[in-house]
Amino acid sequence: MGLKRDVSLSAGLRYKGPAGYLTFILHRIGGLGMGVFIAVHILAAFIGGRTGGFLNGIYENWAFQIFIFFCVLFHAINGLRITILDLWPKLQDYQTEAIWVEWAVFIPLYAVSVYVILSTALGG
Amino acid sequence: MTTKSRRLSIKDRGLTNFEAVMWIFTRLSALAIYGLILAGLIGALVMGARNNMNFADVMRWAFMPNVTHVQSTDLQDLDPWASPFWKLTASALLLVAAAHGIHGLVVIADDYIASKSGRNFIRLLSIVFLLAMSGMGLWLIWTS
Repeated sequence: MGLKRDVSLSAGLRYKGPAGYLTFILHRIGGLGMGVFIAVHILAAFIGGRTGGFLNGIYENWAFQIFIFFCVLFHAINGLRITILDLWPKLQDYQTEAIWVEWAVFIPLYAVSVYVILSTALGG
Repeated sequence: MTTKSRRLSIKDRGLTNFEAVMWIFTRLSALAIYGLILAGLIGALVMGARNNMNFADVMRWAFMPNVTHVQSTDLQDLDPWASPFWKLTASALLLVAAAHGIHGLVVIADDYIASKSGRNFIRLLSIVFLLAMSGMGLWLIWTS
């Protein structure tokens, strides 16, 4: 028997949970972003030719790299928090603190990455 | 007040249904993905990434250790990067990540699609998607 989660599409989209909602929705966006990117990337490599080359051009664009690296890095760091807290449930009491630590790790790492991507792309 | 299930220990939850098994699988596969990416990162440094690759190339290799990901670098000898060891690592990463990711898509779809037939359709679609992505990915890894 599966979990019972019968809500309509509009109710689901309007859902706003308590603390951690921002990380929850960003985790989803990051996961979906990576899912679409990897699916298209595998497909492009499999097809090859001009269509594959056109799709590869999208990944090499710096704006796309900034977006996809946000997806990857946020999903990885937030996923590590979820995994640690879920595998050691006593730590759930420190959920809010864990989210602060997570931002403290994510923001400097992502800022440096964006700087590297931009200086490579625009600085030549 | 009853204890929220997320505060129960793994043992008290019980892995009694498919959803619960996939819940723990998502966490454990995440740990496996971190380990495989770290292995790719260390392997790249051992095989000479420090002098011949930039940071973006190293990350590209670590996220999927396939030899086509290092073809545009300054590396002279690509043979060690195409060894069966890395093909097996890449295959493991592909299969674990595909299962983790496609189950994630099903979880998201379940939050918005309420009807029984809609959910069954999403499950069928996800299985087809999983097989297609794994098949194409494995073919690319082992023929490149």
